[in-house]
Amino acid sequence: MRTMTIHLRIWRQAGPQAAGRFVDYTVPGVIEDMSFLEMLDVLNEQLIARGEDPVAFDSDCREGICGTCGFVVDGLPHGPDRGATVCQLHMRRFTDGDRVTLEPWRARAFPVLKDLVVDRSAFDRLIAAGGYTSVNVGGAPDANAILIPRDTAERAMDAAACIGCGACVAACKNASAILFVSAKVTHIGVLPQGQVEHTRRVSRMVDRMDDLGFGSCSNEGECEAVCPKEIKLSTIAFLNRSYLKARFSGGA
Amino acid sequence: MKLESKVPSGSVESAWDRHRFESKLVNPANRRKYTVIVVGTGLAGASAAAALGELGYNVLAFCIHDSPRRAHSIAAQGGINAAKNYQNDGDSIYRLFYDTVKGGDYRAREANVYRLAQVSVDIIDQCVAQGVPFAREYGGLLDNRSFGGAQVSRTFYARGQTGQQLLLGAYQSMMRQVEAGTVTLVPNREMLDLVLVEGRARGIVCRDLVTGAIERHAAHAVLLCTGGYGTAYYLSTNAVNSNVTAAWRCHKRGAAFANPCFTQIHPTCIPVSGDHQSKLTLMSESLRNDGRVWVPKQPGDRRPASQIPEAERDYYLERRYPSFGNLVPRDVASRAAKAVCDEGRGAGETGLSVYLDFADAIARLGRDEIAARYGNLFDMYKRISDEDPYQVPMRIFPAVHYTMGGLWVDYNLMSSIPGLHVLGEANFSDHGANRLGASALMQGLADGYYVIPYTLAHYLAGSTFPPVSTDHEAFAEAAAAVQQRLDRLLRVKGAKTPRQLHRELGAVLWDEVGMGRNDAGLRRALARIPRLREEFWQNVSVPGETNNLNKNLEYAARVADYLEFAELLAADALHRTESCGGHFREESQTPDGEALRDDANFTYVAAWEFTGVGKPSTLHEEPLTFEYVKPSQRSYK
Repeated sequence: MRTMTIHLRIWRQAGPQAAGRFVDYTVPGVIEDMSFLEMLDVLNEQLIARGEDPVAFDSDCREGICGTCGFVVDGLPHGPDRGATVCQLHMRRFTDGDRVTLEPWRARAFPVLKDLVVDRSAFDRLIAAGGYTSVNVGGAPDANAILIPRDTAERAMDAAACIGCGACVAACKNASAILFVSAKVTHIGVLPQGQVEHTRRVSRMVDRMDDLGFGSCSNEGECEAVCPKEIKLSTIAFLNRSYLKARFSGGA
Repeated sequence: MKLESKVPSGSVESAWDRHRFESKLVNPANRRKYTVIVVGTGLAGASAAAALGELGYNVLAFCIHDSPRRAHSIAAQGGINAAKNYQNDGDSIYRLFYDTVKGGDYRAREANVYRLAQVSVDIIDQCVAQGVPFAREYGGLLDNRSFGGAQVSRTFYARGQTGQQLLLGAYQSMMRQVEAGTVTLVPNREMLDLVLVEGRARGIVCRDLVTGAIERHAAHAVLLCTGGYGTAYYLSTNAVNSNVTAAWRCHKRGAAFANPCFTQIHPTCIPVSGDHQSKLTLMSESLRNDGRVWVPKQPGDRRPASQIPEAERDYYLERRYPSFGNLVPRDVASRAAKAVCDEGRGAGETGLSVYLDFADAIARLGRDEIAARYGNLFDMYKRISDEDPYQVPMRIFPAVHYTMGGLWVDYNLMSSIPGLHVLGEANFSDHGANRLGASALMQGLADGYYVIPYTLAHYLAGSTFPPVSTDHEAFAEAAAAVQQRLDRLLRVKGAKTPRQLHRELGAVLWDEVGMGRNDAGLRRALARIPRLREEFWQNVSVPGETNNLNKNLEYAARVADYLEFAELLAADALHRTESCGGHFREESQTPDGEALRDDANFTYVAAWEFTGVGKPSTLHEEPLTFEYVKPSQRSYK
């Protein structure tokens, strides 16, 4: 089994108000089968053994579905693999002696809490603005009472695959959350169940996005390029059309 | 401690309807005067918070993550069962009830399971109304598949991401209530103690994981929705933050813990590749619909799969179980894999894996069809293992996945502590000794959307609550104890990391309380665990402070609780000398190696009462009766 030494440059920041800086670390004996986060586990074990503060980073499912993990690897959110979260990145992608730089998401709406951990609660407040259908438990009609073409269900599912990791915001030079919002608006908005509140949902979510300090979209497409679930820019076009209609219809 | 199941008398079919009618109600204008704490925001917690918020209660929803949407329900792949009979293939509420009781190897309450099957149909209606994008047929109707060897197609699914989509539905409904002001979201909090006042659960003590502050929250009732305890084994398919701490602290405050030895070891996971591994990845068991499981016939055969001729392969599931073949239930498939590896016939460098081969299916159906069915799973496998399953057989091995045991609850989902209700995987209630595929999501949402709104109202309306503030001495005592324990962890300043000690505990549990258990091994575990616990408190190393974000401290505190809990897990496994479901006692098997129940002596729920760390727990037996589904030997031959 191939082993290697990896040189890391990691952003260390003690707390939200503290000044941060890059610190260099060397991790010997990295096995190619390790995931990137397991390599960081090894680094942290070494730091604890030396009595130093381990590097704080978020992760949970470690299989790319929970959206908890995420930081910038050599300038790329989630690292060099397309369509993957950083927990799905494996060390076989690297070679002995590589130098790798790790930074947290950088966005006004995502303040750094410690090292590579950021506060993404702004995403929850975006969903609270309208990312749902207003149906209480108890009154739903039979599930097959609503016929939905297969292609429509697939289109909704493509958008619903968003894991809320924040990579799109981190990749955008304006730190816009437009891909996150458009994914949710598309998921619910293409389905018959989502029609009733579509206009209201679009206006409220877009307005909330501005209020939370996210930037505007300038069509760079960086968000799509880094999205681990490959959410498409076409969802943004859908959102923009819906938003214009909402404004003209006076629904906003 | 006296355990009353509160199961309604009379016919099981009408029990829930009668119970709902007989339950007390809370006047709509009074609901906002009741504060309800919900701990955990997975399927059970988020659905409960949403439903109770819609009814007008004042809900505080706590989650360990930065967002409720991270809860581990999100990782469930396969689907959710419901007795809709949309496929006209003979399904019914009664059949789902029957299959679940039988699949659980006759160790679940019939009335609970019947209710679960009843409300399963409503769950699908609610989820579709929320916009959950379930798979559809071309005519626009919902698609179903057969799952986990079921003979009817009752599983609803959203690609391989059903848990994600159901959780997002519940999460979004909850966020709607946050906007409406009925639910207050409290993220980045870990519950570290339950507070009892005059014998009732009246609040919690938790730690703000960002600031380190120890907080007190008071309420009229507490709902614990914190999932299972599979991570006690170190390596499991659970998320790395899943833990037993909240449930264990409730147990230490008096909540009985039921059937902890009922753990589910899932047969199709990507095998362990080395000591560095932090978790195991599940591959959906739908793969067994087309993949054939085999190992070499000869022990020690280390040739690559492609060089082992057909005649020298043992398709052991097809050989041993001709009628079910590769689709035998999870517990049976896992034990069979262990058996062939124990014989030295395992595949791969470690000898701890078996082949799951798609060559025949690709030849029969074509690569495109296989890609359409399993493409995302094949991609996931290749990403992790660096092997292409279109070219070489997958290698799989069982891994700890789900825990059927949990805090004991009555029919109302209330624990042995008045006011403490337990929902979802955290309770023991519906799956007996083995859970069927696609039933965990069903139970989580059933408990949260459809059961707790009725049973909680009954509790609240039927109780009188003296005013309790967080200045009460019970809160002060609990908060002080929590802080002392954290300070103590930092003071040890030993030489081992929490991860090292957790890994050692995991190895003991996997070896002795894993797929095959026996008297001698369980006694070894019971001797080893207290020594590990002692070593932990003398030799753990936890850097940093308690008053800021300190992930190592969080982790160390959880490992400390696993080290207490593990002893109960092993003790329960030792006491239950029968085999049933996921609990296989090697002393209790049929001549051909199948699990052999001992109905005469073990047809009961084992509910354990805490008596002190390291002291033997007190056993309380809740007898089980089977009026509808008569116990028989499960056979898949």
